[in-house]
Amino acid sequence: MSQASNKVFAKGWMIAVYLFLYLPIITLVVFSFNDSKLVTVWSHASFRWYEALAQDSDLISAVLLSLEIAGLSALMSVFFGTFTAFSLNRYKRFQGRTLLTSMSSMPLVMPDVIVGLSLLLMIVSVQNWLGFPERGLFTILLGHALLGTAYAAVVVTSRLREMDSKLDEAAMDLGCKPLQVFTLVTFPLLVPALVSAFLLTFTLSFDDVVLSSFLSGPGYSTMPMVIFSRARLGLNPTINAVATVTIVVVTIAVIASSFYTSHQERKRKREEAEAYSDSNK
Amino acid sequence: MATAPKETNKAAQEVLLRVENVTKIYDGTVKAVDDVSLTVMKGEIFALLGGSGCGKSTLLRMMAGFETPTKGKIFLANQDITNLPPFQRPINMMFQSYALFPHLSVWENVAFGLKRDGMPKDEIADRVEKMLSLAQLNKYAKRKPHQLSGGQQQRVALVRSLAKRPQLLLLDEPLGALDKKLRETTQLELVNIIEEVGVTCVLVTHDQEEAMTMASRIAVMSEGYFLQVGAPDAVYEMPNSRKVADFIGNVNIFEGKIEEDEPDHVTVRCPECVHYVGHGVSGHPGMDVGVALRPEKIMLSKDKPNGDYNWCAGEVIEIVYFGAHTTYHLKLDSGKVIKAQELNNTRDLSCGLTWGDRAYASWNNLAMVVLTQ
Repeated sequence: MSQASNKVFAKGWMIAVYLFLYLPIITLVVFSFNDSKLVTVWSHASFRWYEALAQDSDLISAVLLSLEIAGLSALMSVFFGTFTAFSLNRYKRFQGRTLLTSMSSMPLVMPDVIVGLSLLLMIVSVQNWLGFPERGLFTILLGHALLGTAYAAVVVTSRLREMDSKLDEAAMDLGCKPLQVFTLVTFPLLVPALVSAFLLTFTLSFDDVVLSSFLSGPGYSTMPMVIFSRARLGLNPTINAVATVTIVVVTIAVIASSFYTSHQERKRKREEAEAYSDSNK
Repeated sequence: MATAPKETNKAAQEVLLRVENVTKIYDGTVKAVDDVSLTVMKGEIFALLGGSGCGKSTLLRMMAGFETPTKGKIFLANQDITNLPPFQRPINMMFQSYALFPHLSVWENVAFGLKRDGMPKDEIADRVEKMLSLAQLNKYAKRKPHQLSGGQQQRVALVRSLAKRPQLLLLDEPLGALDKKLRETTQLELVNIIEEVGVTCVLVTHDQEEAMTMASRIAVMSEGYFLQVGAPDAVYEMPNSRKVADFIGNVNIFEGKIEEDEPDHVTVRCPECVHYVGHGVSGHPGMDVGVALRPEKIMLSKDKPNGDYNWCAGEVIEIVYFGAHTTYHLKLDSGKVIKAQELNNTRDLSCGLTWGDRAYASWNNLAMVVLTQ
């Protein structure tokens, strides 16, 4: 009896949690197909707002800018993050390592508003001094890369820590010079971590409003900035359409990647089992 | 410090590795290796044996080039390699964790070192084939390391380190990661492969059985220096100190004083009994010594032995059955507990002794070693 009621409770709880997570998104998707100009009143289904979206050159160029910034800043983050992770993990203990380690993860806990504000102040004063850099794409990139580097460093560090450091020694023992150790052994083994660091920092940059608002200049509005400013003027169904497109793309990517991961995992398990039964023959 | 090398049947007694007064100090204070010297002959399998933290791994890592000595020099074939980086040494190492590259196949793992040397492709293919057949791994060439069993991974690690035909092969706890059953077969395979290639080996282990069965000479290490260097049987039967006797195998040590000191025999008086040792000892009457006696050299019986020497009596307080043999713990009248090992050469298990019985332990006059250190 109590077991059955436990089961019902567990199921109900699970449904409640998932509804809490996904109901807002479902509402948004449904209303993106609403014909009415009023966001909250359903009239009938149509692709009207998708057509409007196709003609909304402001929004489209904002999406393209966001993609560009996210891609570039993710690359920069992974590059610098990997260097950071390496110097903090693979070199002999040096003075100030503990301090540097905690400092490298500071942007993770620092509120975005403060990071954005301080970056803005610095950039303005540098600009006054040198006449450079103009606020725009470059400054947004700088801000996003700064934040992303901290995240990428965390991801790469955790992978480096679980990697057998004897692999480096084995490579050296077999004739690799230090640079070859990196290119032939460490780097190939780091690739999965680099990919996930890239995806993480890409996402971070793609949905950032705070840093971008501080650091952008005239003519450089990212997608979240445009959505944010339009929402303040009253909800616009075109936003629903662009949001739905984003959600669809993200969902496909997430599902594909989790299918791929679980497939690899099962394949690996099967192969290990085969190796075991082979050796027992 | 190192004793003279044992005469082996190898014709050419040529020194391959020479370690001269090597000391390694970590962080300015911790002495991991303390003024160690040793020579390894060509074709020899040399074992560094000791507990954890005795400095054996540090010494091995200095040979491989992963650590540099604080003091002292290392020579390979009369060439000073003390400061040579690992990738320039004609030395290869098999790691305890195997350290196989997980992203490369078995074939690529074995070919890895050869490619770094810029060897022509067809020669690489040839060499890898040979190496794989040596370890009977040909049909696994395309597999990744995780698709192999522990024993197979171990063989890949071995032939990978042999592929470059190193002058010296270093083995770090070669059987450490395998279970007991697999160890025995693998151990033999390993020695067979090494002997077929004819490479000189230095191996590090904490397992005395592994050292004794594989090596032609053993160095027993403790706290950064060598306690004794010698052939396995010499180290086992003629330990030079209490520490070595205690570390290698089981031993009963009787403390006593030399009473008679003659060229052909000595007697040692202990609280428990009088030992009559059938050979001369470098000592003098009245000297404090330890008499080491291995459990398997003791005979047990219910009847009192004849004579005044080399026996003692006690109560059986513990019987430990191992299958092939049984160890009896005997509490002597002085309160000292000794161990005696009896072979189970019949199937009726007991030699008539059970808990609480009074038993006599006896041994012959060449069974013990007199320890002055």
